[in-house]
Amino acid sequence: MIRVNHREMDFHGEMTLKSLIEDLKYSFPNLIVSINGKLITKDKYEETLIRDGDDIRIIHPIAGG
Amino acid sequence: MNMTSIENRAEKIRNAHKLLKRFEYKPQEVQRGYANKTLYINISDNTIEAKEVAEEIKEKFVGGKGFGLWYLWNAVKSTTKWDDPENEIVISPGPIGGITQYPGAGKSLVVSLSPITGSVMDSNVGGHFGPLMKFSGWDALEIQGKAQRDIIIFIDGNEGIVEIYEAPLESVNSHILAEELTEIFAKSEEDKRNVSIVSAGEAAEHTLFGVLSFSFYDKRKKVQRLKQAGRGGIGTVFRNKKIKAIVVRYKGVTGNSNNAADVNKIKELGLKLHKEIRNFDKEQCRMREIGTAHLVEIMNDYDLLPVNNFKFGSHKDAHKIDSKVLVKKVVQGSPDGCWHGCSMSCAKAAKDYELKSGPYKGHKVVVDGPEYETVAGVGSNCGIFDPDYIMECNFYCDTYGIDTISFGTTMAFLMECYEKNIINKDITGGIELNFGNADAAMEVLHQMAKGEGFGKIAGMGVRRLKKLFIEEYGADPKFVNDIGMEVKGLEYSQYVSKESLAQQGGYALANKGPQHDEAWLIFMDMVNNQIPTFEDKAEALHYFPVFRTWFGLNGLCKLPWNDIEPEDNHTTDEPAKVPEHVDNYVQLFNSVTGKSIDKEAMFLQSERVYNFQRVFNLKMGYGTRKDDIPPYRSMGPVTEEEYLSREDRYDKQLKNLLGLEPEGMSTEEKIEALREYKYTQYEKLVDAVYKRRGWTEDGVPSVELMKKLGMDFPEVIKVIEEHQKGGFR
Repeated sequence: MIRVNHREMDFHGEMTLKSLIEDLKYSFPNLIVSINGKLITKDKYEETLIRDGDDIRIIHPIAGG
Repeated sequence: MNMTSIENRAEKIRNAHKLLKRFEYKPQEVQRGYANKTLYINISDNTIEAKEVAEEIKEKFVGGKGFGLWYLWNAVKSTTKWDDPENEIVISPGPIGGITQYPGAGKSLVVSLSPITGSVMDSNVGGHFGPLMKFSGWDALEIQGKAQRDIIIFIDGNEGIVEIYEAPLESVNSHILAEELTEIFAKSEEDKRNVSIVSAGEAAEHTLFGVLSFSFYDKRKKVQRLKQAGRGGIGTVFRNKKIKAIVVRYKGVTGNSNNAADVNKIKELGLKLHKEIRNFDKEQCRMREIGTAHLVEIMNDYDLLPVNNFKFGSHKDAHKIDSKVLVKKVVQGSPDGCWHGCSMSCAKAAKDYELKSGPYKGHKVVVDGPEYETVAGVGSNCGIFDPDYIMECNFYCDTYGIDTISFGTTMAFLMECYEKNIINKDITGGIELNFGNADAAMEVLHQMAKGEGFGKIAGMGVRRLKKLFIEEYGADPKFVNDIGMEVKGLEYSQYVSKESLAQQGGYALANKGPQHDEAWLIFMDMVNNQIPTFEDKAEALHYFPVFRTWFGLNGLCKLPWNDIEPEDNHTTDEPAKVPEHVDNYVQLFNSVTGKSIDKEAMFLQSERVYNFQRVFNLKMGYGTRKDDIPPYRSMGPVTEEEYLSREDRYDKQLKNLLGLEPEGMSTEEKIEALREYKYTQYEKLVDAVYKRRGWTEDGVPSVELMKKLGMDFPEVIKVIEEHQKGGFR
């Protein structure tokens, strides 16, 4: 089990941050992403592996529209 | 239209003008963002007067929407209707409006009593009119009364002249009218850029959601482009007053026409933002490339793009109308701003677009837009995924003077009613109004312009259509009230709010009705899960609507606040507020006006006007809890089709939120259980928001709050106290 934005999600092996964001269809271009409190920059999404139990925040920093 | 024909036509039009009134004044330079005078025109008796702007009014209402609300408050009684002569249209740009160094500073705010809500309406719009009017010497223009025959009003800010003409020969539709009047009032080809026109259109005469178009001259395309004050039917008020157009001509805009207190600081702030836009816009919101239409595919991905009257939030054909398609049809070489110096440049236009229907069939025209709201409103929400239809519909809505948001939401409602056999071909005059039928929607639009057939009925808007269908055609009141997407009489703008309680409040609690310019909290709430409790949501529904009011007080566009963000915004405590840009605005205000506000004082400016507007609603017989109730379609699935389309999601909600076992329940039972839960949640949210805002349980700003804000004008307190006694009106 992992947590994304305080919500539980099933964990399955071979998850990268990039694949997680794609699975969630989070296409907003300007995300702020952290895993267990550590900020991850966009260029590291592909190489960052998700581990069981990770606490992930994917913040869309906009109150616009 | 070729040059010879426009010149000949302009000559005939000019010769038919009959001068009704001429007023001369001595143009004064704007000082620190204020002209310190407003222009009052009564077109019933052709009175034209200059009024001084009292310091207290600047202090309490700042400008823009604040001025509009104040002047309108004083002009109307609680019994005044939108089509009474005493109703006014007030246009004001605000003190920062017209600066050229910081992006997004050319907005005008328009305020009037709305035909569609019956209460006070505000609508913001780009184009050059507001700044040129201010530099002509006027912080606001108040128009009251009703003319007997069609008129135009002309303001020459260089000569110091205001004139009212009887204007029998001008076209009414905006794309032609703007060209005719530019030809008449510009002194030369070069002078055309100094002319801006406010107009409506033929459909504004026959519907309740008419818009005002504000023009700006595009030197490259050699045409007046049109931006819209879209919401709430102020174009309908305009034509009801028999105004064809207001024209301003002012030559001499400079980098410091506002005579700002510290122009160098403004330059410094602007330069910083220009650099952000240059460096980051391509990877952030692509405003320079395609404008707000970049949102189409994003909203589709997050299940937020309205489809078939807000039933669904995505569609397999959305890619046919997304920004990648639109960019090919619209962008022609370089980005456009709707005011000088705006490097955000979100305006887009297609030139030589050949029309396929209507009175201008075969004409090659400039189509301004489409914005996201238009693509979603007239497109996906009506089940139409045809970019050519969207362009054509956008053009005709603009020139006829129709709000694309209200048109889209109304057509979507009608299409669902048609598919549910609430209305049929006998009622529509043979038009098959199924979802996806672009030809049918276009036919209704052309009928609106002529005031004929089913178009005239459709132009009443969702609230009146619901009543008609219930009373005349035996529609089930519960069903049509559930699917009719309006609050306070105003049609919803184009976001699906079903999975965001905060946004349900953002829409239904908004002062003028469900427009997203007060609060757009869907990502914070539904996606980021940053505001999980009622108190968290209430805090957001206090902060953002009040904060965002400030743009409208100052003649500013909201987009440069958060559609571009500093590189290090993510490291701040509250990135959704974009703290650095808020700081910019504080400094901008101080640099223009010479005052010395901080963030708290900035918030106070907005909070004053926000609460004043709520009391204004109360004065007009609205503005209480009963007026803040959303239709269920904005909260959850109304029909089995909707429920089943996202069955897993809703079943999980029943299980996790309500502790129910969905396996043994029918879909109908599930829908009812979810509905009861969601309305209960909504009521709790409303309680929390009212409390946070300092309002009573009935949603009325307390006397204590108005005193604390310094807005305890006797007539304001009287409205509140009369309500508390249960006797107002």
